Amino acid sequence: MTKHLHRDMDRLHRDILSLCSTVEGMIDKSMRTLIERRYELADEIINIDRNVDQREVLIEEECLKMLALHQPVAGDLRRITTVLKINNDLERIADLAVNVAERSKCLGKFPEFKIPARVEQMVQLTVKMLRGALDAYVNLDLAAARAIIKLDDDVDELNVLTIQELQGLMQRNGELVVPALHCFSAARHVERIGDLATNIAEDVIYLIDGDIVRHQRGLLSAAT
Amino acid sequence: MPPPTSSPGPHTVNDHAIEIADFNAWYADFRAIQEMNLQIPRNQVTAFIGPSGCGKSTLLKWINRMNDLVPEARASGTLRVGDLDVLAPSTDVVSLRRRIGIVFQKPNPFPKSIYQNVAFGPRLHLSTSRRELEELVEWSLKKAALWEEVKDRLHQSALGLSGGQQQRLCIARAIAVGPEVLLMDEPCSALDPASTSRVEDLVFELREQYTIVMVTHNMQQASRVSDKTAFFFQGELIETGKTEDLFTRPQQQQTEDYVTGKFG
Repeated sequence: MTKHLHRDMDRLHRDILSLCSTVEGMIDKSMRTLIERRYELADEIINIDRNVDQREVLIEEECLKMLALHQPVAGDLRRITTVLKINNDLERIADLAVNVAERSKCLGKFPEFKIPARVEQMVQLTVKMLRGALDAYVNLDLAAARAIIKLDDDVDELNVLTIQELQGLMQRNGELVVPALHCFSAARHVERIGDLATNIAEDVIYLIDGDIVRHQRGLLSAAT
Repeated sequence: MPPPTSSPGPHTVNDHAIEIADFNAWYADFRAIQEMNLQIPRNQVTAFIGPSGCGKSTLLKWINRMNDLVPEARASGTLRVGDLDVLAPSTDVVSLRRRIGIVFQKPNPFPKSIYQNVAFGPRLHLSTSRRELEELVEWSLKKAALWEEVKDRLHQSALGLSGGQQQRLCIARAIAVGPEVLLMDEPCSALDPASTSRVEDLVFELREQYTIVMVTHNMQQASRVSDKTAFFFQGELIETGKTEDLFTRPQQQQTEDYVTGKFG
């Protein structure tokens, strides 16, 4: 690696780690708006998201510049393309954190509505997935990345059960339709965050091994 | 009119043009290549990469016995081009070099006309009429993507051509005798970017008809034009495989370090 590429790679690494940390903080806050009903955090999350949007563009520009100027190969190429993808995933996760916070604010108008316990389980699992995926990226931990991908099935299953529970609730009590729809929507956003954490874990596997493992779970189960 | 091809011997579509097994090469006491095993696929471009002194040019020179001219050079093991045992003392070097053309780093046209440069090899190797020779020169220059630029000055000196044109002339000269294999020793290192691009395009076209082996220090060039890449280090073949794999996920740490510029 030339000194110039080395210097740019170091800066890129610092920038993406900083974005990871910011988005992880946003997710923590947005989950607290939902589970602990800390609605005052919602505006804070929305403000941070504007900053995340700007940083995402800067990191993408930096990656494109490095690809054009240094024409990296092998590990350097995988590192830059992985950052490019994780950067995009983090920005979308930040958007979803905002969405969860907004749904939580709406739920604040219905203090009598009890958020299902499964949503809380989903939140805990999703936070664990995101944290684990980002740690796997930082530590280049292949086993951890693979473990995160497996957790996504659990989140999906909890999401299905949550939807069924909320449907039942709405059928039984018409007055709860509006808050249940807000909760339904929030759960959907949480589930999407799990999907994006999975994407990050898959990108980590590509970074370490060079293997693209996306879309293989469906194919494997279809083949068996 | 294309030249009659040199006899490659019986082969299947998927076989290898060049087989190298347990190959060693020395310059006096210095072993420049150690126990090398490599198969070069037919009708593909294979790039040899590696730092200076790694043995890639030595191997290239042994493939058409250029090292016969170096008194202290010797080799052992197997080096076959099709059915031909390259290292056998009985091998006729002149006919070997008809089967294996070579293009060097610096364009080296003969101080003759453009026409005579291309006609030189066929006159030596082939029995052709004047008419056939004219057709062969035209075919070779067209194949080398040079015809349109020189068709009106075929009898002017080749030394008046630009560096890029001279290099394409050398390629035309090499293919005029109908080789199976084209060896290229850093063919673009003395050329400007536009000429480099034309030669690379040409290499891409020519691989349909020839097996091409290219030594290059330019990693981007290797990744752009070759199908297979072999990485050499200190006389050993460290890794070989599909170019796209070698440049995206090399299997050996030494390869990774070399292609990412950590050494070399």
